[in-house]
Amino acid sequence: MIEYLRNWFWTYIWKPLPDMPFGDWMETFIRWARDAWATGFDAVDTALEFLYLHLADGLLWLPSGVMVLLFAAAAWAAKGWKLGVGIGIGMFVVAWTPYWEQTMQTLSMVLVSAAIAILLAIPLGIAAAESKAVSAIARPVLDFMQTLPAFVYLIPVVMLFSVGVVPGIIATIIFAMPPGVRLTELGLRQVDREVVEAGQAFGASPGRILARIKLPLALPTIMAGLNQVIMLALSMVVIAGLVGGGGLGSVISGSLGRLDIAAGFNAGLAVVLLAILLDRVTQGLSDRTPVARAAKLAR
Amino acid sequence: MFHRFPPPHRNPLLRKDEMSAIAVDSLYKVFGKGARSAVAQLKSGTPRDQLNAKSVTAAVIDHNWSIEPGEIFVVMGLSGSGKSTLIRMLNGLIKPTSGTIRIGGVELGSLSKRELRRLRREKISMVFQHFALLPHRTVVENVAFGLEIKGLNKTERLERAREAVELVGLAGHEDKLPAQLSGGMKQRVGLARALAADTEILLMDEAFSALDPLIRQEMQDQLLDLQAKLGKTIVFITHDLNEAMRIGDRIAICDGEVKQLGTAEDILLHPADEYVAEFTADVDRTRVLTAEAVMEPCGTRDTSAFPKVESDVPVNELYEPVLNSKAPLLVVDDNADPLGVVTPRSIIKSLSHDPAAESGPAIEQERQPA
Repeated sequence: MIEYLRNWFWTYIWKPLPDMPFGDWMETFIRWARDAWATGFDAVDTALEFLYLHLADGLLWLPSGVMVLLFAAAAWAAKGWKLGVGIGIGMFVVAWTPYWEQTMQTLSMVLVSAAIAILLAIPLGIAAAESKAVSAIARPVLDFMQTLPAFVYLIPVVMLFSVGVVPGIIATIIFAMPPGVRLTELGLRQVDREVVEAGQAFGASPGRILARIKLPLALPTIMAGLNQVIMLALSMVVIAGLVGGGGLGSVISGSLGRLDIAAGFNAGLAVVLLAILLDRVTQGLSDRTPVARAAKLAR
Repeated sequence: MFHRFPPPHRNPLLRKDEMSAIAVDSLYKVFGKGARSAVAQLKSGTPRDQLNAKSVTAAVIDHNWSIEPGEIFVVMGLSGSGKSTLIRMLNGLIKPTSGTIRIGGVELGSLSKRELRRLRREKISMVFQHFALLPHRTVVENVAFGLEIKGLNKTERLERAREAVELVGLAGHEDKLPAQLSGGMKQRVGLARALAADTEILLMDEAFSALDPLIRQEMQDQLLDLQAKLGKTIVFITHDLNEAMRIGDRIAICDGEVKQLGTAEDILLHPADEYVAEFTADVDRTRVLTAEAVMEPCGTRDTSAFPKVESDVPVNELYEPVLNSKAPLLVVDDNADPLGVVTPRSIIKSLSHDPAAESGPAIEQERQPA
């Protein structure tokens, strides 16, 4: 019986079907895009590399000891002196590893890609919150971007931009953007309907309702999205080391090749401490939004 | 900023005319697919629970009424009676399925979106059940919201907002955040925001329903005080008939359609049908009925020695004088002319639910004083 079904499926379904074409389509599209939009890709390549290099240079301009103090001060300003001290110790440990330069390169990649991702994500999130159609289209695309294994889109990105820092940044933008879009949409949709109605009842235009009511009220959620974007960007930037992205990712993939446990753990420690820095500082900032402060007063 | 108005009309027979503040004409709102054909069915007399399309909900059915400037018009109904839909149609947040709404003679349906927004800015403001304040703005900034939308500069709008805050009795709380206020205070902010916008019409959507009973009474009193000063046209939505009777010049009892429209006394003394009568059973009549409603004719007695009461004193303020006086109380009008007399017997008769007693002043012979 089972044998019969297997034969039936083979004869009538699998045999007449051509090979699964999705991969071929993507390949054809990527090859076509490389030739057709070459100037565009070149421009993006130059621009991203310029941003990355200058930011990295800036972060490495001062000696690491001074930078440790600056990071501590930033954390203090974002949240409080306790976080300032904690981050100071953490960044001191990073400076103690031999990978301070790579850490700053990684930070620079994270900042460039997260900034671009959030600049794309917020308008898209607003559009998705305002229009059901945009939301319905955006959702599966975002699912796709977020769940497609990161290595898979490193392949075409490398083909379009060759190896180096830029494909890493591009792949990171794609991978890190979805939570920014989703949380912007969620935050805007969660705004109390009655408050929006109040805006309408007093005769405010849709643009003003967005700017004066919806965005301020959604800001804590949007900031949570920013935090997610930055954390995902950090994880992706490390993977991008595989395609010559530089920074801590290169150290880690290099030590994987040489089975160098010590180098791997030192670089890994730097990644963890950098993650804590980014996470706590962005969280501290989102606690400082006016709505979050008002909510604290209510408790 | 504010001006005095003559006291509101109390005439239930007023017909709509060009001068009405708000006038609605065969107004229908049906939600769902097939709304238009549902309206046609309703117009031909199908009851709303027997409509063909099962997916439609008839919220507002054949409303025809008008509100005069300076009147407090209460729309009373249970949840699902379409009252929230109705109030949102009055400022164009919801479009009617059929029928017209005129605000000061201007038909809402003829306005573009931009004109509609302008009308809301200049003519109509609204107070919400759950206050709808911006949590990150201070009291005075919240109150200034309507003025901000109107485009006033910062100093002017904050100055006018402060005036409105003072008017609702929140002076000293200007710089607090809504989270630091009690429910009653939050709703005062909501009220001040609507008053600051300085519109002729005030829509109040279950404005006091979320408040504790004591605070609610306090707010009702304050609204009546303010209304005596400001003379706005107020549409007030509530599910509480006691509240409706307390503040309404006229009351429309709704269940999709208007079941009865009239003054509190009208509705209490002459409920139009079972539905209305059921509501009125719970109402504290002694607060609504006045001396005029419980009096008997003077007959041929010499009334010159009787203690006098004004005709609009509520019954619950008559108990003491009527018990402490050997003679009946003489009810007089504004010109001190006698209208009738009040005795303990006439009060009890009027407060009982017996329709015979409710049909008006008693005609039977007066018991002779001992």
